[in-house]
Amino acid sequence: MQVNQMSYTKRNDGRKPDDLRPIEAKAGVIKRADGSAYFRIGNTWAYAAVYGPRDLHPRFLQNPKTGVLRCEYSMMPFSGMGERVRPGPSRRSKEISMVTEKALTPVINLDEFPNTVVDVFIELPQTDAGSRCAGICAASIALADAGIPMKDLVTAVAVGKVNEMKVVDLNYDEEAQEGEVADIPMAVIPSTGMITLLQMDGIISKDDLIELLKRGTEACQKIYQIQKAALKDRYKGGNNE
Amino acid sequence: MNDDLKAHIIEALNKGVRFDGRKLDEFRKVEIKQGFIKTSEGSASVKIGDTEVLAGIKMSMEKPYPDTPEEGTIMVDADLLPLSSPDFEPGPPDIRAVERARIVDRGIRESKTINMRDLLIEKGVKAWSLSIDVVSVNDAGNLIDAFGLAALLALRDAKFPAYEDGAVNYKHKTDKKLQLTKVPIPATVYKIGHNFLVDPTTEEESAADVRLTVTTTEEGKLCALQKGGDGELSVEDIEKMVSLGIEKGKELRALVR
Amino acid sequence: MKVSELKVQDKEIVVPGDVLADGMEYLPASGTYREDNRIISARLGLVHVDRRLIKIIPLSGRYMPKRDDIIIGKVIDITIGGWRLDINSAYSAMLSMKDATSDFIRKGDDLTKWFGIGDYMVSKIVNVTSQNLVDLSMRGAGLRKVKGGRIITVNCNKVPRIIGKGGSMVSMVKMATDCNIIVGQNGFVWILGTPENEAIASEAIAMIEENSHVSGLTDSVKEFLEKKTGRTITLSIPTNEEAAGEFAGESNELH
Repeated sequence: MQVNQMSYTKRNDGRKPDDLRPIEAKAGVIKRADGSAYFRIGNTWAYAAVYGPRDLHPRFLQNPKTGVLRCEYSMMPFSGMGERVRPGPSRRSKEISMVTEKALTPVINLDEFPNTVVDVFIELPQTDAGSRCAGICAASIALADAGIPMKDLVTAVAVGKVNEMKVVDLNYDEEAQEGEVADIPMAVIPSTGMITLLQMDGIISKDDLIELLKRGTEACQKIYQIQKAALKDRYKGGNNE
Repeated sequence: MNDDLKAHIIEALNKGVRFDGRKLDEFRKVEIKQGFIKTSEGSASVKIGDTEVLAGIKMSMEKPYPDTPEEGTIMVDADLLPLSSPDFEPGPPDIRAVERARIVDRGIRESKTINMRDLLIEKGVKAWSLSIDVVSVNDAGNLIDAFGLAALLALRDAKFPAYEDGAVNYKHKTDKKLQLTKVPIPATVYKIGHNFLVDPTTEEESAADVRLTVTTTEEGKLCALQKGGDGELSVEDIEKMVSLGIEKGKELRALVR
Repeated sequence: MKVSELKVQDKEIVVPGDVLADGMEYLPASGTYREDNRIISARLGLVHVDRRLIKIIPLSGRYMPKRDDIIIGKVIDITIGGWRLDINSAYSAMLSMKDATSDFIRKGDDLTKWFGIGDYMVSKIVNVTSQNLVDLSMRGAGLRKVKGGRIITVNCNKVPRIIGKGGSMVSMVKMATDCNIIVGQNGFVWILGTPENEAIASEAIAMIEENSHVSGLTDSVKEFLEKKTGRTITLSIPTNEEAAGEFAGESNELH
């Protein structure tokens, strides 16, 4: 008996394969923080706040040669596509916190701040796939907003393959499609093209992966312009006009 | 807080002046938004001045508790996110968060704002369980009132998801809204020296010894009360604070109409 | 040889990663770095080109203690040797007994007789080690504990604008509101006056902080103060010097 192969040939929201969902970004949205941002891509929405450099406790975590970056990623209880997300760290959120930190570390220079910590808190009020990438995009803006010395911003997006179709910026329904799906969150330093985050769930060939990394890097250039504009727009009414 | 600074604040309050130029019974600008978080069954955002909070409702289908077979359940959780202030640390909720959650809970559940029997689907077998989560996004003072308002507005916005084939279908929202028996509005009154004020900044919160959260209904009746802080209150104090709470409750109620 | 090219204008707002110049003629100064033969911004801030040097004047960033800065600190602890102060930085500062006062302090004396927890002190940073350990001194003209009044916190990067060239901006606020104002380089600002005037002064300072990068600021602040106080203000420095003196607020004078 022949089994009908489900095949994804048109994106469920009408986008072309390399189209990003609509993006909105703003800096300086949390006044108590030293730096902050809000980044929204489609229905995935992330806040990031940076506090630091500040004192680091307990002392044994301090590094006398440099400040340390500490990231915490969390989903708000009402942000999941299904049931309530129990507050508090889960294994998934701890892992995402760690890869987020690793994605941002290569551009940050904390040598001027020995024995301190720069805390980055990422919270998502609403998610529709691509949440760790949105978190990284928000965190980059927030770090620059906080005056942290950085070589460049970091930009992230999830690329992947849904059945036979290679796409950029998967939404939740694409990730959940039946049949073969590859979901590849990636982060890039836009000025050098170097990759600082790479993960993959699913099945994919090497050639497809490399092609997707290139397409993802290109898509990140568009996101990068939006991140920069968010920072500059905060100071609109100044000398740029 | 430094005694000198506190004395200075009190001196100004005695003259009817607050550091940001407001009168003692004046609220900062209140901005509200509802129904914008698609993954929730009900949502609201409340800004009071620069203080900003979010509230979201999630619903699930559970078996009723054995001693209340005809009722659903409500749970309220408040989180002071480290995102929102340099003073909040990551980790399990500290007593401040727990107290705020309980104040919101008292205003909503103990006041019977929602009739738990409305949540019943099948006696002893299935009933809706509501979770109300409020979180702080920026703490510029007066999170208590912001939380209470946000929770209420999220409830007012809430719609039941579809229940099909023995499971909740979160993607499919029905038009059925929650029935609220009342609209409880909190207004917390703070005592600094001999002065009573509302909607404090974080600095004013540190200068206050004692506060009273007064939650009222449309008829101006009290449906929840909570005293907080180390200080003491005379009965006259309480009467004055309750009157101020009722008056402010009316004003806030008009704003969120 | 490739010609060097400036890619941005003076006072343009840039972010980390923005290319500021191409070619080897320009030199990277504070807030920038060189990669291959380009100069790139490492901070969010305003570009400042001074002949061949390109630097970034940051718009944000927490206070980093600098020697000779005059700051306001808050006593947070009393130790064997003196007092520990919060100076609105990732690093706290030490004020030792010998640098605090010319009084003779005996071993075992109760240090709170001089300064207690919660006191705010105008002091000078006399030493910063490579690990950013900070030493303060109270010995010097105008250095003292402040009594009464209130403390507000501003973005330390905006302090030069708040002080103004030769102290002109803060003087204008002081005169209009009859307030005593001391602006610490670390972003702590002390204000003392009547409650109403303190509120006006505080709002004026917040306005300067918010609009520090906008031209015509002195005029806007003057207008605001005149409206709120009902007084007419005569400026001691004409406003067209504002552009020249934009970032020239003297750091080593007490204002």
